[in-house]
Amino acid sequence: MTAASLSSQPLDNDDIDQADIDQAALATYVLGLGDDALIVAQRLGEWITRAPQIEEDIALGNIALDLLGQARTLLGYAGEVDGNVTGMPRDEDDLAFLRDEREFRNVHLVEIENGDFAVTMARQLIFSSYQYELYTALLTSIDPTLSALAGKAVKEVAYHRDHATQWVLRLGDGTPESHERMQAALDQVWPYVEEIFDTADTADILAALPGIAADPAALRPAWSRYVENVITTATLSVPTPTWRSRGGRSGYHTENLGHLLPEMQNLHRSHPGASW
Amino acid sequence: MTIAPDETPPVVTASAANLLTVPQLREIAGAVPDPEIPVLTLHDLGILRDVQLAADGTVEVTLTPTYTGCPATAVIAGDVETALRTAGIARIKVRTVLSPAWTTDWMSQDGHRKLREYGIAPPGACQPAQSTPSALTAPRSIGLTLSARCPRCGSTTTREISRFGSTPCKSLWSCLSCAEPFDSFKAI
Repeated sequence: MTAASLSSQPLDNDDIDQADIDQAALATYVLGLGDDALIVAQRLGEWITRAPQIEEDIALGNIALDLLGQARTLLGYAGEVDGNVTGMPRDEDDLAFLRDEREFRNVHLVEIENGDFAVTMARQLIFSSYQYELYTALLTSIDPTLSALAGKAVKEVAYHRDHATQWVLRLGDGTPESHERMQAALDQVWPYVEEIFDTADTADILAALPGIAADPAALRPAWSRYVENVITTATLSVPTPTWRSRGGRSGYHTENLGHLLPEMQNLHRSHPGASW
Repeated sequence: MTIAPDETPPVVTASAANLLTVPQLREIAGAVPDPEIPVLTLHDLGILRDVQLAADGTVEVTLTPTYTGCPATAVIAGDVETALRTAGIARIKVRTVLSPAWTTDWMSQDGHRKLREYGIAPPGACQPAQSTPSALTAPRSIGLTLSARCPRCGSTTTREISRFGSTPCKSLWSCLSCAEPFDSFKAI
């Protein structure tokens, strides 16, 4: 990752006065989005050589690569903005490889284990549909870095969403076994949905960033319309979970992240500064 | 991204920058081949956004990536620097910007022809993200999209195998007329 860093639009944009913007809030907001993309990319990478067919190895690898590219831009920006506050800017590698579990701000959905292919597709349907609404909203953000990334990423995410949609339709409306396993996968993943749109832990941050951040609660109606249409078209039912996850945006995570991070960070921590 | 020369520039190179005009510099940078689809130049791809010559002789090149995670981006920046250095330029800055987002509509007509001859179906006209082909637009129909023309036999009786191919910018197709598989450049 160190070979090149994507620098987006310069910060000294005339449209906004940087001095008026709460830099700490902006850094925390962007970090959450970047961590979501990074962790789900790592999870998708675990499928490579294990997918049910070679086309899926390629597809999941490609989707992971898009998400990693988005994570690089977001983490690089978060580290730069955070540096305005602390006086110690960090780059994308510092943030990806040198933080511990409690410092990650991703939602729990992205860190849960891949499960079978249906579980991964259920997670992808939920996450890519959320990202599609998120980036669509950020197209009009007054933050030039976020709107530039959104313009690029919304096109990529449209393909991710369609990929998951095709599989949920195929499995849900397929054989009795594929239908049953796709429904079981939705049931397993659905308790992690609420947290994505919950603003309880991030209300102060969102309030500090009007016109910059996208309020996740406002993304939900369009998200629900799309996802519920896919599920019912696939002859499946929208689950009604009895519990819900919370805490990812505050740094509280499931045990899953504790297993994921050492594998992701080991090389960088064992060989500081290594590149190829 | 900034690639700054580490070595002290040789004396002749300073004058080389002065001798070359911006259109000439643009031609040199634009003629660099894409590392993954070498039949296309950066000009053909439409990812060379700007070339400027600063007062101190620094040549500033602005590129845009095809996809945010495209691993070729760093290689391309390095190749542009090498090409300009070979032409005698000592001070080179290459930076990457995301906005406005690259679209396959920026690919040249020459690029389309070269892709076809290389065996890759060129991209169709780009659609807005909101109307990107979705399996849902025709319920029960999987993978509804406009058919890609087989670059080998010209048939439009083709089938999409996977929307993701060997690089982020391509999808995988199969021709039902000549039975050959082929790559198609995704319209984004």
